[in-house]
Parts: sequence; structure tokens; C-alpha cells
Amino acid sequence: MRYLPHTSEDVAEMLQAVGAQSLDDLFSTIPKDCRFTGDLNLPPAMTEWDLTNHMAELAGRMAAWPECKVFVGAGSYSHNIPASVPYLLSRSEFSTAYTPYQPEISQGTLQAIFEYQTLASRLLGMEVANASMYDGASALAEALLMAIRIARGKKTTVAVSKLIHPMYRQVVRTYFDPTDYKIVELDYLPDGSTDLSAVEGMDDLAAVAVQSPNFFGCVENIQAVSDAAHRHKALSVIGFTEPLAYGLFKSPGSQGADIACGEGQSLGIPQSYGGPGLGMFTALQKYVRSMPGRLIGQTTDKDGERGFVLTLATREQHIRREKATSNICSNQGLCATMTTMYMASLGGTGIRKVARLNRDKAEYMKSELKKAGLEIPFERPTFNEFVVKFPEGYESTYQKLIDRQIVAGIPLECHYPELADHYLLCVTETHSKADIDALVKEVTA
Amino acid sequence: MKVAGTTGLIMNEPLLWEKSKKGRCGISIPESDVPSAPLDAEFEGEGPDFPDLSEVDVVRHFTRLSQWNFGVDTGMYPLGSCTMKYNPKINEKIAAMPGFAGAHPMLPPELSQGTLQLMYELEGFLNEITGMDATTLQPAAGAHGELTAMLLFYAYHKSKGEKRSKILIPDTAHGTNPASATLCGYESIPLESGEDGILTVERVAELMDEDTAGIMVTNPNTLGLFEENIKKIAEIVHDKGGLVYCDGANMNAVMGVVKMGAIGIDAIHLNLHKTFSTPHGGGGPGSGPVCVKKHLEPFLPVPRVTKDGDRYVFQYDRPDSIGKIHAFYGNYGIQIRAYSYILTMGQDLKRASQYAVLSANYIKEKLKDVLHLPYDRPCMHECVFTDKNQEPYKITTLDMAKRLIDYGFHPPTIYFPLVVHGSIMIEPTDTEPKENLDQFIEAFRSIAREAAENPDLLREAPTVPKVRRLDEATAARKPVLCGVN
Repeated sequence: MRYLPHTSEDVAEMLQAVGAQSLDDLFSTIPKDCRFTGDLNLPPAMTEWDLTNHMAELAGRMAAWPECKVFVGAGSYSHNIPASVPYLLSRSEFSTAYTPYQPEISQGTLQAIFEYQTLASRLLGMEVANASMYDGASALAEALLMAIRIARGKKTTVAVSKLIHPMYRQVVRTYFDPTDYKIVELDYLPDGSTDLSAVEGMDDLAAVAVQSPNFFGCVENIQAVSDAAHRHKALSVIGFTEPLAYGLFKSPGSQGADIACGEGQSLGIPQSYGGPGLGMFTALQKYVRSMPGRLIGQTTDKDGERGFVLTLATREQHIRREKATSNICSNQGLCATMTTMYMASLGGTGIRKVARLNRDKAEYMKSELKKAGLEIPFERPTFNEFVVKFPEGYESTYQKLIDRQIVAGIPLECHYPELADHYLLCVTETHSKADIDALVKEVTA
Repeated sequence: MKVAGTTGLIMNEPLLWEKSKKGRCGISIPESDVPSAPLDAEFEGEGPDFPDLSEVDVVRHFTRLSQWNFGVDTGMYPLGSCTMKYNPKINEKIAAMPGFAGAHPMLPPELSQGTLQLMYELEGFLNEITGMDATTLQPAAGAHGELTAMLLFYAYHKSKGEKRSKILIPDTAHGTNPASATLCGYESIPLESGEDGILTVERVAELMDEDTAGIMVTNPNTLGLFEENIKKIAEIVHDKGGLVYCDGANMNAVMGVVKMGAIGIDAIHLNLHKTFSTPHGGGGPGSGPVCVKKHLEPFLPVPRVTKDGDRYVFQYDRPDSIGKIHAFYGNYGIQIRAYSYILTMGQDLKRASQYAVLSANYIKEKLKDVLHLPYDRPCMHECVFTDKNQEPYKITTLDMAKRLIDYGFHPPTIYFPLVVHGSIMIEPTDTEPKENLDQFIEAFRSIAREAAENPDLLREAPTVPKVRRLDEATAARKPVLCGVN
């Protein structure tokens, strides 16, 4: 076995040094009735070449871009990733290190994550970012728990927009289930934004949370959300699944957000069937000591040279145990590094261009669908995805397209029963005009 | 001795925004083939103040940064409780196959049979290795798995019309255990280990009652010792209607040797980034599947992947489920790597555990005359020393750890577990050749000599890396968490 280096001579020498007769002997402290003496029922070991064939066969049964035309976003986006990014990320000095507990030999990871914290803060217009959470959903759940923590448990209700990704809301409910905290869901308006009227007069409110662009692809009035939250001395929590939108749209921070958090996959991370992605978590500096997760800070070494360290660890589980701000330990460090490489590659000039391309393509598709007589039910501005109402019976067309490896959006009815025949479609810079024209033709045929 | 660590040419490199020049770009952007759509000024922002860099700038920047790092591929990384074993390269190549890397998570089942089959089979492998009945792959890391298990406990008791308020947590537990329990509203009741470093039946019997949801046991524990009384402890907990959770961070010690399902465990999380060789990534992404016995299966997160004839499908309709703990199905790309590792190893998984335990015992025997060994008995995959012998020279665990860097080794885990003062927790793993173990032992013996003869060498260490000891106090007192131009 090529990963196991010991020769029989090594084993014999080492056994002798430890005073054991055999490898089995090493486990003598495990009581007999706790021991498993059989063979594991696993497939026989494969060679590298057999494994590659087997895995290629599995991967071959997937519908992957570009052979398959997928017009779906909904929390996972297809974007062009420059070859330099995965190439750099495969440097095993990054990938085979662990949490930078020993800063003297982890400056690569530490500086990269410090740069991530900085670029993430700038993208969202916020003051401080942590080193990452698991995904957009757990970031939102932790943000809401943090808001309740900041309210010192005196206010325990959170208002959550129904236009936050349905799966994120499901994760929030799971995190909240064993607590006495209350979740109030906010309905949506005919224009595709969140109806804030239910917030008025709520006296137990710790946070108001919306997503922008929301699950219908619509951009929310973030300032109005923040104002409503602040009138109730609650935090404004702004979520997102498509951070690239902030290359073009006003940032949460410029519109009064206290916490901005969401999924960072679209910033250079492959879709990988939904993970690993990146839970981005940013806030105002004044809340930093209530934040979950790791933080990297700048400092100097003994000789006065600039360096970086893990800091404010007294919030964390390994110091604070049951009183920690979160239980998170391992996060999505390498994904944060990947995102930094991508954001650095784009630059301020590039992100603007790519974001504009996304919006232009989506607007083009929208107008072509309208021309073909389809209804675009929500009028709020959108970024790269939007809702289309198809005529009754579209479902069979949708299914036929799937048989031809074309996924023309996802149906909304399973999450919003009132929206029969409504589908959420997404186009990005990876779709050409020809792709869009072909899809419009197919769905209106 | 010939020391592995040496100095070499290392490049300075500024922060990204310190080398920016407006107008540069490191990515090729397609020309627009559609009309431009104006955006109302009410919505348009200024765009982020990102540095503008060419592709060469970016490549050189991160290449230089990488050279300031120490990884498993650089050298021995005996970080206790973290299982820094070798990360096979073929698994990286496989995870990057376009069919996997390019798969949208909401693809209909007919277009995602490959990913579904892999999940189904991986769950089966993990069931077999742990001796449990069902597995969820959704948790994104170990602590996320712990939280999932606590949510399962909560749901289980709730289904019996109970709400229990406490949970037993040994003093050797990882900090994540009590933190996860708190998220579930459980009060952590500290459980002291006995004199020989393991839990006693008597103490558990005293503390366990019908308001206690169960116990969180790390087995083998963080002292590297097998919890020999686990079966009796499980009986006591079960008799009071409680459940037994095993923190499986240390599963690398007992694959094919102990089946957790057979020793009274109701739920266990595994760290795919430890036991199953996926890269640690400088702090993640990991993956923390939870394996459970039959009676907890109804509560597992949705969706569950099931097999319907020859076809794999997701099942969402599970009324007792705790819901979701990840937006999609967890860190799928990590699951691919662990699956590939298991297929590569087969029966050799047991040999990996045997070698991990052999190597830890070897280091323990070879160092115990120079380092204080608080529990002198056979260990599992890691051994724990202290700095007691170096106290007369005013040399601490931290000093020895920093000096190891100069010798070319990543230091062990230090100051954990908390039950041992000044602990040094060494986990060599199954993939470290004997020559490296011998060199590590020699380095540590040499450091122990230096501690007595020339202690300033240790206090000034490390001297070889790019930076020296960093001022962590100022970093925390005046936090600078975000760079300015």
C-alpha cells in the first residue's frame, strides 16, 4: 500500500522497541468484548488506474456544463474561473496545512486569509469579516444567533423574509429548534421584494433578515430594511447567495447593514454539487467580540516585522468551551483562499465588467422571453436570475428538455405553493447569446 | 544529527492592495454579445475597491505566500487530535473531474446518478467501518457533526415527550463538545477522568440522571487512551433513558479494530479530513458525517439518498427529521476524496490504524526518559507528554514547540488536553516513515538537552522561519482585522 511506508523490518523493530509481540498486541488495553475480530466488508482495494476509471464512470453520469445546458442558480452559480486559480490553490503548502496555530510557519495561510477578510469587507461595504463559516445557510443561522446574543437574550424574535433561500430558512429553523427563540416569516410584495409591514410594532425583535438579490433574483430595498430594523433597535442582517452582484449593486454596508453574510461559491469556487462553498460573514467592528468563527489580525514579530496571527480567540470554543460564541472550529479556509485568488484576479475593474455582463445577459433573456409573450411577474430589478411565469402545462416541456440535458430553471411551486408554473432561471457570463436564444426558442416552442 | 530544517531563499511579498495598479486585470473577460442594460442610479453602487493585478502578479503573490507555509507535504506534522496524514494526490484529480466539480446541486435525479450513487455507497462504507446503521454526510466539519448529533438527541427525547436539560462532558473533551451542546440548550456537566486518564463507571453513575440527555465521549480520548469502561458507561446512560455520542475525531486509531455500534454508541461523527485523508486546507473545508443506530435514523437531516431499484433518489418526506443543517448536501467535494481513499485502501484501513498506533507508542517509548509522561501505559494513535522535566530550567512547552520548528518539524498540539498541565500531544499518523519518526525523536531529545544546557536557544526560537515569535497580545488588544490602502 503506497501510503503506508513501514516495511516488515520497520514493524519488527518498532514492535520490539515498544515491547509488543504483534500489531494486535498494541490494542491490548481495549477490552476483548469491545474488539472487532472480523474483516471489514469493503470492496477490495483498487489501484490508482482502476479507481480513476470507476470515478470517471460515475462522473460521466452527471450532467455537467457545457455539454448540459443548465439555467439554474438558486444558490449555486456557474462562472468562469481562470486556470490560475485552481493551479495556485493546488499548492500543497496551502492545501495540506491545518489551522494556523503556529503563526511562524503559517504566514502564507494567515496573510491570504487576512487579505480575504479585507476583500470580503470591501465587497460588502462592511468593517470586518471572519475567516469563514461552512456555507451561506449556516452563516445566516449564526448571524441570527449573534443578533440575539447582542440583545443579551432580552429580545429573542427574528424576522426572516420568505424570499431568503428556502433551504437557508430550513437550516435556520433547525438551528433554532432546541431554543426558545422565535422566527417570524415576512411575506413578499407583488413587486418581488419583502413586505416589511409586519415588523412594525414588534417589541421583541433582535434582527430583521432579508436576502439581496433574494430568492426570486430581485434586489431588496436594503436601506428600508435597515431603517425598519433600527427603528426597533434590532440588527439589520443582509444575506446573499450571489455576491458577484455587489460588483454592480450598492453594498449592504452602504445601506445600513449590521451583518452581511451569505454564500461565496460564486467567487471562483467550483459548484461541486453544492459544496464545499464558503460561508461569508461580515459585520460592523463594534460587534466583533460577539462574532462567531476565527479571525486573523495583523501584528509584528520580535524583530518588528509585519506578520499575522489568529486573534480574539477568547470568543472561541477551544478557550471558552460552553460559553463560546459558536462551536465552529474547522471552517472553509481553503475556499476563502480560493475566493481571494479569484477576487484578486478580477480586481476592481474586472468585477465591474463581469457583474455587468451577468446583468446584461439576464436582461436580454428577460426581454426575449417577454417578447415571446411570457410573463415576468416581479418588477424589482434583478441581477442574473429572475422568475418567469409559464403557461399552464409547461411542466411537460420542462421534463422533455431535461431528457435532452437542458435544465430550464427550477420550479418554485414546491417552496411557494401559490406560484404554480413559476420558474426561477439564471444566466451568467458563461452563457452566450446563442445559448440564450436557443433556450428561449425551446421554452416557447 | 542532520537537521531537516534549514534556511533558503524566501521572498518578501506585500499585501495584495500594496501592489495594485489601476487598470490591470488577471482574468480574461468575454466581450458582451448582448445589448447593455442600463441600471437605475438608485441601485447602482460604486463597486468594491479591489486591487487591480495582472495574472503574473497574482500567481507570484500566492506562490510566495505558499512558501511561507508548512504542510504535510513539507514534512512531519504531528498535530495531536488532528490526524495530519498524507493526502493522496489522485483524490484531488478525481474531485476536479468536470462531472463532479461542474455539477449543480439542484440537478434533477436523472442527471445526477453519479453523485447520488457515490453518496449512497459512501454512507454504506461508513456504516460498515463504524458498525452503525445509517449515516448522514451533510455536516460540513467535525463540530458541525457534533451539533447535528446533539440535535438528533434533542429530537429523540422530544419524540418521547421529554426535554432534558443536561449532558455529561468529560474533562478531556475537545472545546467543541460543550460549545455544540450549548447550541442545543444543554448545560454541560463536567465529568472528571479517573487517575489513569479514563472515565470511571462510578462517576458516570453518580452524575447520570433522567434529566440528562446523554454523554459525549471521545474514544479513544484526547490523552490517546481507549475508554475501557465504555460498555458499562453506555449501559448506565441507556438505563436512564440517555444516549451515547462518540466524538470520532480519533477514529484513525481503531478502524477494523473496534466497531462503535457494538460497544454502546448511539451516534458518532467522523472527520473525513482526519481519518479519511482529505486535505485540511489550512483550516477546512472538512466534512463531519454522523453515523447512527437504527433508533436515531428517523431524525437524520433531509434529504436522505435512497435506492429505488437501479435508480438513486433523494427522499425529502421524513416527518421526524431535524431538517437541514447545510444548504445542500454538505461538502460534497470532500466526500468524493474520502470515498476514493476508502476504495484505494480496502482492508488496509485496519493496517493504517495499526501503524498509527504503532508509531505513537514508538515515539512514547523513545521520548519518555527525557519528557514527562503523565500516563505511562500503552497509548492509541497519540501520546501526551508535559514540560514538567524542563520546569527547573524555566523552559515551557511553548519554547520546545517553537524550537522544533528550527529542526524542521511542525510542532505537536500544545496545551491541550487541558487536564494535563503544559501538555504536548503527539500524533505521528500512519503515513510517516520510520526514518522521519527517528529524526523527530532525535530532534526532541536534542531540544531536551538544549533546555538544560542552553535554554536561551529555546526561548529565542524559532529563528529559521520568515518571521519570529509574534506579538499576539497587541493583536488582540488593538485588533487590525482589515487592511487599508
